[in-house]
Amino acid sequence: MTDVLLTRGLGRRYGRRWALRDCTVDVPDGRVVGLVGPNGAGKTTLLKLAAGQLEPTEGAITVLGERPAARPAQLARVGFVAQDTPVYSGLTVAEHLRLGARLNPGWDAALAAERIARLGLDPAQRAGKLSGGQRAQLALTLGLAKRPELLILDEPVASLDPLARREFLQGLMEATAEHGLSVLLSSHLVSDLERVCDFLVVLVDARVQVAGETEELLATHYRLTGPRRDPDRLPADQQVVSAAHTDRQSTYVVRAAHPIHDPAWTVHRLTLEDLVLAYMGRRAVGDAGPVLEVQR
Amino acid sequence: MTWLTWRQLRGSVVGTAAALVALAAALVLTGPGLAAEYSAGVAACTPVPDTCDRFFDRFFSAHELPFVAVSLLVLLLPALVGLFWGAPLIARELEAGTHLLVWNQSITRTRWLAVKLAITGLAAMVAAYLCGLVVTWWSFPLDMSAPDDLALMAPLVFGARGIAPVGYAVLAFVLGVTVGMLVRRALPAMAITLAVFFALQLAVPLLVRPHLMTPVTATFELSTENVAGFGAEDAGSSVGLRLQSAVPGDAGAWVLSSRVLDPSGRVVAETGEDAPVPVSMTSGPCAPQNGFASCIVEVNDLGFRQQATYHPLDRFWPFQWMETGIYAALALALTGFCFRWVRRRLS
Repeated sequence: MTDVLLTRGLGRRYGRRWALRDCTVDVPDGRVVGLVGPNGAGKTTLLKLAAGQLEPTEGAITVLGERPAARPAQLARVGFVAQDTPVYSGLTVAEHLRLGARLNPGWDAALAAERIARLGLDPAQRAGKLSGGQRAQLALTLGLAKRPELLILDEPVASLDPLARREFLQGLMEATAEHGLSVLLSSHLVSDLERVCDFLVVLVDARVQVAGETEELLATHYRLTGPRRDPDRLPADQQVVSAAHTDRQSTYVVRAAHPIHDPAWTVHRLTLEDLVLAYMGRRAVGDAGPVLEVQR
Repeated sequence: MTWLTWRQLRGSVVGTAAALVALAAALVLTGPGLAAEYSAGVAACTPVPDTCDRFFDRFFSAHELPFVAVSLLVLLLPALVGLFWGAPLIARELEAGTHLLVWNQSITRTRWLAVKLAITGLAAMVAAYLCGLVVTWWSFPLDMSAPDDLALMAPLVFGARGIAPVGYAVLAFVLGVTVGMLVRRALPAMAITLAVFFALQLAVPLLVRPHLMTPVTATFELSTENVAGFGAEDAGSSVGLRLQSAVPGDAGAWVLSSRVLDPSGRVVAETGEDAPVPVSMTSGPCAPQNGFASCIVEVNDLGFRQQATYHPLDRFWPFQWMETGIYAALALALTGFCFRWVRRRLS
């Protein structure tokens, strides 16, 4: 089975600023991948590289085993819903579907028509008059109806209110399950991704901090609280993600392959949000550390 | 892609077509009358005494306003094409982010650009060609009667006749597309396109067109065809000779310079200057009561001559083809740049 997304030392520079550096990830087939990180971390850059909208400055990327956007057939296998879900404001909903039908050999007209009807969108309505949520749904319909193997969504829910947000993600999950496609979506909010993702990539300051299966990440990260202790006195198989100390107490978030039985510690499991925040916080303490890879 | 391009262009094409049809209808309705008036006038006039020149002047001044208006329209059309079809073509997509939508359909962006350029560019060419054609046809009698500064080869009129407007329109269009791609915003792109295109349209007639072929330099005797008039100088003890921008025997030539040579062959007046000629204006052949013609004969007999540098009228079509070729080559180079840019740099 080929990896959906495979990058090796991938980097992209804008002028003198690196938007993405040393990005090496393997994303297996059939996952819903959440790409999470603060604003400006390089999420959009990575997604645009994967969709073939951008050329890498260095390194290599393959999507579904091919260079992104190398040829029309590769484009047909990848759906991309860009940030702010752009649509042609002068064209009607029906004309957008016609556009999709004209430009995609694998277009599923029945799927598109059924989704539009179910969402209650008026085909004669101009896309410029749609609400943000409706526009996002239209863009998602265009992405889905070309029947891609991988669907990439860049902050698809960022501009939606909580209700529309939930509906959109729910619709996305239904479609994913129905058509068996892989999904790569980004958000700066973990709560958006928590319910839907089974694979997580955390991106901070243009670098990948951690990448892996959500369950595995949750099973191998712990919060340790106990008497103050220096990090170099921790066992070698426990990698420190974050550390906080008071005069008498230490709190560590560590990654360990095995359960921790040290009686000196109070051991807690982490929620996904805590885990992501621990990695995001590494920027603040200036501890770049090695990029952690999940062993499979 | 053809459908999408047409759908995006439809509104403005229909509008342009309607305007062109209205223009063509007006010209087709008035054209035959104009031609009939011209042929009747030419048939009725006689070279000796010269009543034809008087007919031409009368005929032309009676229709000067529509003549200038339609010529300006043909000159303006390419600029409008660059402004409203060229500049927003890519810039508006980049501005709205819709390029990200269309680039993810199952076509390469090279093909996307090719179809957009081909269809819109073709529409621009057709519009410019038809507009130039109908105006060239309509104004033929007026071009035949126009004074030298509005004759066919005159810089402003030349660009509004024949096939040159097609070259201008293609270049203005591709220029607009290129600027839009680089600037990424429609409104600034339109402003820059307009400025650059106007600068080009000024520079080419002034700096490039005169050198497309080596101009003819020749010396002519003075006659009513090249003398504009005389003025009194030094309280009537001498006359100031002023030449027209015309050469004898080559009506409609594009005169680049027209200078006065004295009997020894020295240049005594540059283009537009008065040449002092030592002839009394109070008595003799140049006295006012003896008329214009006898003074010309007298000054010519003294040995004063016109030295003119010019392009004859029969170079109109070679110039048209050359200039259209130059603009087409420029447009092609910009198109090549656009394709490289859309593949490598744009995102």
